[in-house]
Amino acid sequence: MSWANHLIILPILFPMATAAAMIPIDERNRTLKGVLSFVSTLVLFAATIILLGIAASEATTGGTYVYQLGNWPAPFGIVLVLDRLSALMLVLSTVLGLAAQVYAMARWHTAGYHFHSLFQLLLAGLNGAFLTGDLFNLFVFFEMMLAASYGLLLHGSGPLRVKAGLHYIAVNLAASSLFLIGVSLIYGAAGTLNIADLSVRITTLGPESRMLMESGAALLGIAFLVKAGMWPLGFWLPTAYSAATPPVAAIFAILTKVGFYVILRLSMLLFGHEAGTSTGFGQTLLLCGGLLTIAFGAIGVLASQAMGRLAGYSVLVSSGTLLAAIGLGNSAVIGGALFYLVSSTLTICAFFLLIELVERGRDAGADVLAVTMEAYGDMDEDEEEKEVGVAVPGTLAVLGLCFCICAILMSGLPPLSGFLAKFAMLHELFNENGFGGNLPIRAAQWAFVALLILSGLSAMIAMNRIGIRTFWTSLEGTIPRVFLIEITPVLLLLLTTIFLSLQAGSAMRYMDATANALANPKNYTDRVLSAPRVRPAGGD
Amino acid sequence: MELVLSIGIGVLTASGVWLLFRPRTYQVIIGLSLLSYAVNLFIFGMGRLRVNAPPVLEPGGTGGLLTHTDPIPQALVLTAIVIGFAMTSLFLVVLLASRGFTGTDHVDGRE
Repeated sequence: MSWANHLIILPILFPMATAAAMIPIDERNRTLKGVLSFVSTLVLFAATIILLGIAASEATTGGTYVYQLGNWPAPFGIVLVLDRLSALMLVLSTVLGLAAQVYAMARWHTAGYHFHSLFQLLLAGLNGAFLTGDLFNLFVFFEMMLAASYGLLLHGSGPLRVKAGLHYIAVNLAASSLFLIGVSLIYGAAGTLNIADLSVRITTLGPESRMLMESGAALLGIAFLVKAGMWPLGFWLPTAYSAATPPVAAIFAILTKVGFYVILRLSMLLFGHEAGTSTGFGQTLLLCGGLLTIAFGAIGVLASQAMGRLAGYSVLVSSGTLLAAIGLGNSAVIGGALFYLVSSTLTICAFFLLIELVERGRDAGADVLAVTMEAYGDMDEDEEEKEVGVAVPGTLAVLGLCFCICAILMSGLPPLSGFLAKFAMLHELFNENGFGGNLPIRAAQWAFVALLILSGLSAMIAMNRIGIRTFWTSLEGTIPRVFLIEITPVLLLLLTTIFLSLQAGSAMRYMDATANALANPKNYTDRVLSAPRVRPAGGD
Repeated sequence: MELVLSIGIGVLTASGVWLLFRPRTYQVIIGLSLLSYAVNLFIFGMGRLRVNAPPVLEPGGTGGLLTHTDPIPQALVLTAIVIGFAMTSLFLVVLLASRGFTGTDHVDGRE
């Protein structure tokens, strides 16, 4: 089983190696770079699926696997930890990466330099952030992901992107400072940065150290809430996401989920049932902030004129829902929320890719493209078209169908996974102790229910309005030219959500097991802290 | 020494935050740099302040926080300095690009 042990580090090393290998290749061989990058992500996809299988198999470990870097045991050395939650996030980020990459190969990777290297580095940073078991490495991988995302956001250049990029970088640099202050406060209070060790030590902290620890965790939380786009920290998000090129915006759909992932992980491990007076620290703030974010996002969705901004505000609705679900402090709701996370991330990714295809026939889209072409010289249309091959027949029908599926998923209508996810959350919310329990339903729960349903309604209204304007009363009458390589990723993403709806039973079982494992962190900490060192082969 | 360090961190943070909220890109980048200096000093301080205590063990000697200074914050500061430096230089490039596109150094690209 030693190869499977080393498989855990593959999602970090492999994209880094690919990125490095692609840098010396001349920019004129973009197709070669694209194929290399695609093959690498495909290998990564296979690896993450195997990891998901390993994490899902219960056998003796409860789904938690520890990889000791340099063979140093946990509180001293650096560890990577694979469990159900991180395996799920790994698969999700790789799926998004695959889709965005194929899409970019049609034309967008020609809009600037080193697109594929930056993309692979972004994947490496994402995977590292999901796998790491200590806070400082989280900072390193987080910065790696951010550095790549700065480059990708600026990809294609132009005044709009540079302006959005300037704001994005400034906001994230300030958030990184808060991150570092939080990490060092936690180290000063508890004397360790390993998350599992922290969750053990927090039970025995004295009152002064506990106060320092909590303020450190709060600062750390703010850094991640900025990333997750919680109101009032998320004003930068819709502008930045709608200014990015479509494949970049599509992969950015998972960056907000990194913020959610870390907050979920830390609040479950550090402030669970055994944390003494710190139990449930920050939950009220997460709940209120999450609810306000849903409201702000839903209003933004209604007010958006352009599809890009609509998608940006949908990102806010999605992360608001997830944050509020953590804030409810009910582990059964977390199971539904994880299902919602997968469904909404796939939907928003597909929608970002679809927007540019739909708007291609219209003036607004053409403007953006013209700016790109001005900035980067002769992008010969004809040559481009020969290169990517077949145009899709019945373009408008296919685009319209994809748009409809996106609308159904975003507004949470049956029968697709958006509905199932919301239903799962509401079901657990009303039956906290199973059917027949007579617990009163709190005001916060009613607010969550109302906002969840109203945000779906606002998404439906906005999508209807934009759909009618685009597909039925389109004045220009030009049918956009769409290539097979561009529509395939969108179709595959949407098919994945349909597959998720069909396999909802087994998917929900996995999510519920994940939520259970998160609610009982003892297994995680035991596995990390007592993981045996590997004996060198043929050694003493 | 504690007083000097804490006043230093306070002054750096206050000026950094004030500059960060100014409308010119140059002020923003100086603000971010000051903020990152303050953060580095703060991380350093979180390992407790010690004078004349080595962070590295002598060969054959036994270590302990009574005779040695905590090496971990120093390692963290090193990483934070490198990352902060790289990010500042990246921000500088974007700042110049924005100046080139809009002809102004206002953060919103217009006066």
